[in-house]
Amino acid sequence: MNYLIAHGARVADLLGQHVVLVGAALAVALVIAVPLGVVATRTTRAGAVILGVTGVIYTIPSLALLALLVAAIGLGQLTAIVALVAYAQMILVRGVVAGLRGVDVALIDAARGIGFTPRQTLLRVEFPAALPVVLGGVRVATVSLVALATVAAWINAGGLGVLLFEGISTNNPDKIVAGALAAAGLAIVADVALRGAERAVRT
Amino acid sequence: MHVDGGARVELRGVGVRYPNATLPAVHGVDLVIEAGEFAVLLGPSGCGKSTLVRTINRLVEPTAGSVTIDGVDLRERDPDELRRGIGYVIQAVGLFPHYTVAQNVAVVPGLLGWERAKIDARVDELLELVRLPPAQYRDRKPRQLSGGEAQRVGVARALAARPRVLLMDEPFAAVDAIVRASLQNEIARVHRALGTTIVFVTHDVDEALRLADRIVVMNAGSVVQAAAPTELLEHPADDFVRHLVGVDAETRRLALDRPLIDR
Repeated sequence: MNYLIAHGARVADLLGQHVVLVGAALAVALVIAVPLGVVATRTTRAGAVILGVTGVIYTIPSLALLALLVAAIGLGQLTAIVALVAYAQMILVRGVVAGLRGVDVALIDAARGIGFTPRQTLLRVEFPAALPVVLGGVRVATVSLVALATVAAWINAGGLGVLLFEGISTNNPDKIVAGALAAAGLAIVADVALRGAERAVRT
Repeated sequence: MHVDGGARVELRGVGVRYPNATLPAVHGVDLVIEAGEFAVLLGPSGCGKSTLVRTINRLVEPTAGSVTIDGVDLRERDPDELRRGIGYVIQAVGLFPHYTVAQNVAVVPGLLGWERAKIDARVDELLELVRLPPAQYRDRKPRQLSGGEAQRVGVARALAARPRVLLMDEPFAAVDAIVRASLQNEIARVHRALGTTIVFVTHDVDEALRLADRIVVMNAGSVVQAAAPTELLEHPADDFVRHLVGVDAETRRLALDRPLIDR
């Protein structure tokens, strides 16, 4: 706790970097995952391929993936974000797929039957109905990324992981505790906020 | 009340064979539903009645024959545009849960690009028609409605853009007997008021007898008999129809002499 009190400004600075890493990764990941999830629900074959590939990415150990990415695109924030985006895919795509598959078929039948085009049905009926489940996926992905992003410090991408790695290399448990507490706090805040959002969109 | 009128629906040699199915779901159906007629498709589950009704708004494409409305072959129409001109009510109602009652009813006029004021007036008119006081119901969400109220909204939504054909696929099967009877009264009243052509699917013989101008009995994908209720009871075409209308045929015929209670 001592470090947290004495160096509050530095912890806050690293926390900010952490939020940027996770936020940027989430935004990019969603832009990819939503269309992927939609495609995955349109045909069984596409679904199997997309869920298979994103599942495989998820099983690659994080350090191994970072090492590979460093070899390909070098050290730094961008590399960390690419890795986080890749990891988030499985959780987010699964959320989108589960959400869309969970939409009552009668609702889709009614929408088509009264003259919605497939696109209008997707945007105006299926997405809103799937939203709570999709947000559940976003919540789980966010919490995972907050934890995973600590490893980004290992490739000079900053964030709260810096405190953990410094603490380990200088044998300073106080720093480790400070980094861990800040990361855990961030994860809890994100979890609570997204739970609230899930409740708000439930009809 | 403005009289909307109905359209003539003609099915010629309609067959539907689903991919990988050994038997066709619907086979060789020739049927003319006159403008303003209340036609009820009656038969056991799996007899093809739902499939047949869905060919009229192209949710199912016939693999044989043709369907025309007022002489226009449906294949010449854009399916989405066609459906905006046909009312569609299903058993599960299918109200959009994130829309209010008013927004649900306003969906099709909205798709058709009606003006806001015209839509608002139409929504109130329709809620009155299905006896849900607009002031009380307009802003409710579907989850705040009973099963019977939800289906009244479903009917209002289907009628919103003054369709000349209304398709109803087992619309009252999920509500209890008392609510069902009152919904039947309402739809009979709406039919009399608007003159819309109604194609109504049910497996409930009594419902068919109460509502139909003409009952179209289906079995195994084909039409077995199409006749007025009295005719059907007095002269069933074969043993299937005789068993369907049952041993109570005489009681049922007598019940027909008693008109629907108009509340």
